[in-house]
Amino acid sequence: MDYMKETIDSLHKKLSDKELTAEELTKQTLTEINAKEDKLNTFITVNDKAVDDAKKIDADGIKGPLSGIPIAIKDNIVTNGIKTTAASKILYNFMPVYNATVMDKLDKAGAIDIGKTNLDEFAMGSSTETSHFGTSVNPWDFSRVPGGSSGGSAAAVASGQVVAALGTDTGGSIRQPAAFNGIFGIKPTYGRVSRWGVIAFASSLDQVGVMTKRVEDSASVLSVIAGHDDHDATSSEKEVPDYRANLNKDMTGVKIAVPKEFWQEGTHQDVLDNINKALESYKKMGATVEEVSLPTLKHAVEVYYVLASSEASSNLQRYDGVRYGYRAKDVKNINDLFVNSRSEGFGSEVKRRIMLGTFALSAGAYDAYFKKAAEVRTIFIKEMTNVLKDYDLIMGPSTTTPAFKIGEKVDDPLAMYMNDILTIPANLAGLPAASVPAGLAEGLPVGLQIIGKPFAEQSVLNAAFALQEENKFYEQIPTALKGED
Amino acid sequence: MNFETTIGLEVHVELKTNSKMYSPSPVAYGAESNINTNVIDFGFPGTLPTVNKNAYRLGIMVGLALNANIENHTHFDRKNYFYPDNPKAYQITQQDKPLGHDGYIEIEVDGQKKKIGIEELHVEEDAGKNTHGNNGYSYVDLNRQGTPLIEIVSKPDMHSPEEAYQYLENLRKIIQFTGASDVKMEEGSMRVDTNISIRPVGSDTYGTKVELKNLNSFNHVRLGLAYEEQRQAAILKSGGTIGQETRRFDEKTGETFLMRVKSGADDYRYFPEPDLPDYDIAPAWIEEIKASLPESAAKRRARYINELGIPEYDAGVLTDTKEMSDFFDEAVSYDANPKLVSNWLMGEVNGYLNEKKIGLLDTELTPEHLAKMINLISNGTISSKIAKKVFKETITNGTEPEKWVKDKGLVQESDPAVLKPMILEILDNNQQSIDDFKNGKDRAVGFLVGQIMKQTHGQANPKVVNKILMEELKSR
Amino acid sequence: MISKDEILHVAKLANLKLQDDEVDDFVSQLGKIVNMEDNLASVDTTGVEPTYNMGDTQTVFREDKGIHTQTREQMLENVPETDNNLIKVPTIVDKEDDE
Repeated sequence: MDYMKETIDSLHKKLSDKELTAEELTKQTLTEINAKEDKLNTFITVNDKAVDDAKKIDADGIKGPLSGIPIAIKDNIVTNGIKTTAASKILYNFMPVYNATVMDKLDKAGAIDIGKTNLDEFAMGSSTETSHFGTSVNPWDFSRVPGGSSGGSAAAVASGQVVAALGTDTGGSIRQPAAFNGIFGIKPTYGRVSRWGVIAFASSLDQVGVMTKRVEDSASVLSVIAGHDDHDATSSEKEVPDYRANLNKDMTGVKIAVPKEFWQEGTHQDVLDNINKALESYKKMGATVEEVSLPTLKHAVEVYYVLASSEASSNLQRYDGVRYGYRAKDVKNINDLFVNSRSEGFGSEVKRRIMLGTFALSAGAYDAYFKKAAEVRTIFIKEMTNVLKDYDLIMGPSTTTPAFKIGEKVDDPLAMYMNDILTIPANLAGLPAASVPAGLAEGLPVGLQIIGKPFAEQSVLNAAFALQEENKFYEQIPTALKGED
Repeated sequence: MNFETTIGLEVHVELKTNSKMYSPSPVAYGAESNINTNVIDFGFPGTLPTVNKNAYRLGIMVGLALNANIENHTHFDRKNYFYPDNPKAYQITQQDKPLGHDGYIEIEVDGQKKKIGIEELHVEEDAGKNTHGNNGYSYVDLNRQGTPLIEIVSKPDMHSPEEAYQYLENLRKIIQFTGASDVKMEEGSMRVDTNISIRPVGSDTYGTKVELKNLNSFNHVRLGLAYEEQRQAAILKSGGTIGQETRRFDEKTGETFLMRVKSGADDYRYFPEPDLPDYDIAPAWIEEIKASLPESAAKRRARYINELGIPEYDAGVLTDTKEMSDFFDEAVSYDANPKLVSNWLMGEVNGYLNEKKIGLLDTELTPEHLAKMINLISNGTISSKIAKKVFKETITNGTEPEKWVKDKGLVQESDPAVLKPMILEILDNNQQSIDDFKNGKDRAVGFLVGQIMKQTHGQANPKVVNKILMEELKSR
Repeated sequence: MISKDEILHVAKLANLKLQDDEVDDFVSQLGKIVNMEDNLASVDTTGVEPTYNMGDTQTVFREDKGIHTQTREQMLENVPETDNNLIKVPTIVDKEDDE
């Protein structure tokens, strides 16, 4: 078994044909994880019950496409009986007593939770450098970040530790690391996947998605985790299509919009070249590509950081040392317990966002910041919606540069925030969006971003699939890993 | 200098539901610590709220009963503050689009009717409960966390402690008759926060508001406000100023004491709850709830007076609580004479409840049994004397009166064919009493009746006995 | 611009304790971020309704059925200190607020 070559379909065939048992596959996966973990630091927790779970699958028989397939789970998704930390000291020992809905759905489909992947603390960051458990590294270059916040999931998939991983995306946390690691990653429409059991960062922006080397594998997993959930009042009632079965690469007549504002100043030339090349490919496939304008994009980062931080400041107030997680020692009274547990338990990036959000919501600042940002969001959503009235898809680069060096931006929050300008729009508008590998820039992967209409995940997947079948990027082995062999 | 008092009340009422406002945990008063909690109530990472439809329905019911306009487009908001009994460190409430607004209730003070405005009412979740040890620790129980509440904010329309008292009495009664809440101060299902200020008569700006806490009964509200009125007037008269503060009512002394000075407004950083969508409250739903509103106390009182011929005062007592009024209505539905049912409820039943210091629903008495017992008296089956025995039995043991009376042989003896031989025998053995009667000593009759009653164990029908006895005495 | 006093006030609201150098960092970093945010003022939002929540759902209610989804033992598993099935915490200072 070699995850560099296998797909969920090929593994499913081997499992169904009894060429391979779920137990063997799980054990081999654990070996893969352990072999690369020292280098990559992609996992916070490896599930020590995974082999037992696999044995149960073998005993019950292989059923659906995910039956017996080990999948890695970002550690901000709550897993019953498996430590869940959100990469924060404040949850260093948190043992959930319930499952996220996506976990229940994966369980039902027979997938094996192989372990919990690293992320930026509470998903706040673009590099995994804010994780309490240390940074993960990029399998294409160990001196570079894997991106974030789903950096652990992305690097685990890219390095062949697993075939698929769940991530979450609040402002680009699936697409940016997918681009940096040369894999596919999709953030569905807001409300497509239940948020029940997803440790909240920003409730109006968070969405669970999938990261795989191959588009078809994401399609398989997405069909399983999507759908209405009574636990989440914002989850959609819309039917979930069989994305895998409906996958096709026919781009004839597909109308693609490319916002001119997506060509940011300072974008790496190789990134531009690769994206242009991809757009040319689509034209050859029969799609039309036209330039459009999103004038309010220049305020997207501002809107995003006010709204995301405000919601986060409230969502993260529950970490107070009373009921679970880190509790400060030697305190005299409850106020000291609150203040010390939080001050010792949160890292500096999380504190920065809490401070910004608390400020934006405070009396006197609310109208000028929080409310204003929410109004500008409305304007921006309208711009996006208008473009999607005339076009099927919006495309552009996923990031302005390939993966940056570890430590390069960690002390410059503004530069770090500006990283997200290309991915934030889909979150602000709640639209489905993916990043698909489009080539290499100085030996590092570049991602093409594809944004679709609400609940048009199929169109996004199809377009990504078309490019994947054209460039076969998945055949490439990450450079740094090659050096290891 | 004369002063005018301004009082505003904020009342929290727990809604009577099976489950919590935003979580499916059961709601129960006085349950074992932390037994009715789940991951939502504990504010676990990843949990999300869902809105209890019945709680919202009851909220609308209260709003309608308070003559409020029900909001058609609303959403929920977060109120952020840290406290150990507030697990998410925010309370989900309705800040800028409350469930209802601009209602009123009527009160009557010194024969004067007056409307008190309701600014707004909204649904929200209750907090847990903290207790405090002497060992440097406190303890948190989250059973109550998430219990559905409705907060009712009055307009500052009350100008005396008595008006505040009447407002609360009426509010309690109105809500109780909707069935939306038990509204029991002693169990905390109704809680009152008061704001009071005074200003010189004629002044067009309000005085500084003082908030009173620890008001555990309506009477404490009245006493606390009365004390506060005097205290503030004394300060102003002596040239002082009122501090913006929270004061605690001490029930032993009847005085109020400074708890803390308020330093500016608290910053709760309210913002719309992003975990919940917007809510459209359909006019059709509101109409449906309106149609299902139970009869109010005022309407029942009028019906008792006009249709059942109950005296005004009695009708007032019967409609003082919903339990009593429901009990009365049900007993009457078993064809018992309304006036008799009313007399029994106001007399024997209330006497029993007062003596035992319990509520009507804590006894074994049912409306059906009370009605049957009354009908046994009306049709002469039992005497009023026996009725007292029956009453005691049925209210303590829940015994069915008709059967019990038969089994115990307590049915009144009215048959002259049975009674006459007995009477004749007693007369034969008491010649002295006959002589006394003839000599005009009426006392003798009482003695003879007593003898008959003794022999029949009190079951002889006194009317029949009297008639036979007089006939016999006169004929001898 | 954001002042040192504002930073301290916000930290108090958020229940965070900042070291002196952290306060200075926040004054400078948050100041820069807030300056960026001030660009929002240039957008004309007259008559624009704010967007506070997302998704295609509306008026979602739960039926009023009381159910236990976890046991008390499960709920108390993560609590750092318990006593008699209660959550034990260092003493609450402003006890007056309890009712």
